[in-house]
Amino acid sequence: MTSPGRVSRSRLEKSVARLRPSPGVVASPPERRRGGLGLRRQETLSGLLFISPWIVGFGAFLLYPILASFYYSISDYSVLERPVVVGLANYRQLMGDEVFWKALGNTIYYAAFSLPLGLVLALSLALLLNTGVKGMALYRTIFFLPSMVPTVALAILWLWIFNGQYGILNYLLSMIGLTGPGWLSDPAWSKAALIVLALWGVGHAVVIYLAGLQDVPVHLYEAADLDGASPWQKIRHVTLPMISPVIQFNLIMGVIGTFQVFAVPYVMAPGGQPARSAYMYAVYLYDNSFLYLKMGYASAMAWMLFLMVLILTLVALKFSSRHVHYGG
Amino acid sequence: MRYLLPPAILLFAFLAYTVPGRPRDDGLIHITYWEKWTGFEGDAMRAVVNAFNTSQDRIRVDMLTVSQIDQKMLLATAGGVPPDVAGLWGYNVNVYADKGALLPLDDYMRQAGLGPSHYLPAYWNIGYYKGHVWALPSTPATTALHWNRTLFREAGLDPDRPPRTIEELDEYAKRLTKKDAHGNLIQAGFMHSEPGWWNWAWGYYFGGKLWDGKSRITVASPENIRAFKWVQSYARKYGSTQLQIFRSGFGSFSSPQNAFLSRPPKVAMVVQGVWMHNFISKYSPGLDWAAAPFPYPKDRPDLANTTVAEEDVLVIPRGAKHPDAAFEFIKFVNSQKGMEMLCLGHRKNSPLSQVSDEFFRKHENPYIRVFHELAKSKNAVSTPPLGIWNEYRDELSAAFDNIWLLKQTPEQALGAVQQRMQAKLDVELARRRMRDRALAASSQGVAR
Repeated sequence: MTSPGRVSRSRLEKSVARLRPSPGVVASPPERRRGGLGLRRQETLSGLLFISPWIVGFGAFLLYPILASFYYSISDYSVLERPVVVGLANYRQLMGDEVFWKALGNTIYYAAFSLPLGLVLALSLALLLNTGVKGMALYRTIFFLPSMVPTVALAILWLWIFNGQYGILNYLLSMIGLTGPGWLSDPAWSKAALIVLALWGVGHAVVIYLAGLQDVPVHLYEAADLDGASPWQKIRHVTLPMISPVIQFNLIMGVIGTFQVFAVPYVMAPGGQPARSAYMYAVYLYDNSFLYLKMGYASAMAWMLFLMVLILTLVALKFSSRHVHYGG
Repeated sequence: MRYLLPPAILLFAFLAYTVPGRPRDDGLIHITYWEKWTGFEGDAMRAVVNAFNTSQDRIRVDMLTVSQIDQKMLLATAGGVPPDVAGLWGYNVNVYADKGALLPLDDYMRQAGLGPSHYLPAYWNIGYYKGHVWALPSTPATTALHWNRTLFREAGLDPDRPPRTIEELDEYAKRLTKKDAHGNLIQAGFMHSEPGWWNWAWGYYFGGKLWDGKSRITVASPENIRAFKWVQSYARKYGSTQLQIFRSGFGSFSSPQNAFLSRPPKVAMVVQGVWMHNFISKYSPGLDWAAAPFPYPKDRPDLANTTVAEEDVLVIPRGAKHPDAAFEFIKFVNSQKGMEMLCLGHRKNSPLSQVSDEFFRKHENPYIRVFHELAKSKNAVSTPPLGIWNEYRDELSAAFDNIWLLKQTPEQALGAVQQRMQAKLDVELARRRMRDRALAASSQGVAR
């Protein structure tokens, strides 16, 4: 199986060879050759042609929707009628919308809990899975399996696990003497239910941490052993600093992901029931665009989300640059 | 030359998908009809479609079962490739008509000699909005109180005498509610949240309205507050947490674990629609049940026979290729013969003002006359024809949750809805005016 790089280079050499003037023709400097492009420009053109499928895809599926979405966010657009530009009216309306603030608050609450918990859980699992116990590959598969289950199937399954009366979770809690809350039917616990479900999908992060852990040089651990470090000290002073880029990566991806959570809340708590306690930002965005037919308003929400996640990501990058060590 | 093969294949595939196929030249107009129904309801409509196809030789209807039909029809219309006929829900009509997604049917109706006298007023009004006809009924429904006669007998109540006033309903509910030794509910007499599909309508039973018909939201009126105080009284009486936990254990509606149908039954009385008989005979055939109009407050006998009148409708989306043929089909469905065939198949009542005795004789629902009389009642209500109804309904849903969970008093919850929805209505009306002005100005500019 030849690698793609090799194929393109040989073809590039072939096309370049075709452009060189044959010995018999009077060789004039390529730039002044009449009727033809220079060699450099030919190369550029070939390069562009090669990546043209990606450019077309990017333009049609990413750039155009982004620009269109910005245009819709400054207009009044209901999908069926043509958009009418209204300036910043959508954004101003957003600021005064109580449901917007409620949804944003819910999402921030969700992110504030699921991010750290997910990080700690994934890291702990990865550390455990890295210890070299027998049957490690089997355990890794088992821990990764939950994140492979389709989100909607997962949500419907957990709807019953979280059931206040017949759910397994409350049954298990009752076995240790606690009465479980109504979970998804109790406004105080509905977000907690979603957070527990978010932890179900840490498999992706675990795999990434495992890869990072493999990269930690062994000689550092040996040096730590020589200095008489305890396992906890080894984790704190060797492992964590060495995988800090991975932690930063997972943190940023986590921020971007948790703020956009949609599928699970949409299936488990449509409309944010009960009493909008589990109303997430992306679900409200969806309701605005396809249920209330306020596509312009929803586009404004999308751009607000983009700005917020961008600011948070920059803050996270800046804050962690002090703690992240790229080395070894 | 070999490297030309992949692009050639791609080009061929592209053309094969985008170049439209040759139109069927069998001399017939083929119209596409998107409908949401599956199972026996889909079969009933298919029978009507076959009857139409065989009754004439100009038009063929191709029926397609589509899920999430309101969204799909919307997107298809926005994309310029709508079906010729679509089967929507009645509450979609206002919103879609406001956005210009539907074709007005006034001219077709006039030519066909059809008009409001052909229909029951409750059902005519659903399709009639801002002076035009946008939709015609396919199948209607009304709601009534359904009760479990066995449970009535067990509680020492006359199984043939339903509660007639709200106060009687409260009394009956108390006698039909059972708790176990730990104080958990095992049977509820009546629960507002079961099935919870018409939580916006509780005010109407007490004489409240949601909108004055023009520009004011009236959700915080005294009648509405009284209604939701009554709703909240159940949460206070039986324990909000108890009810929540009890309710979370209910099975899905369309299953033998339905709260009304399960054995043992979880709820003794429910508000349900004319279709409930179908689910009873499917999931709990031995159930001894009956239906009667929902009670009215003792001091308001004028509110007797209040019911929610809903219907599925047929519309012609804007941009449909064969609107004339589409209306021919809709006209057939709305004829007495076509409609009774469809409604018998669905086992629902008929929206037409003329109903044959044979319809009642053949009908499988033993209480069909109750639903029919309710449809003629002057207190039959439907969703207010507001363009922002979806948002209003969601606000009311959240308010109901807050009231039911004892998080807010009805005054607080409805007051909040009043404030927010009035603001939204003002914005919506101003937006409409601005759009109309902008469009008028641009068309004047174009004309000049």
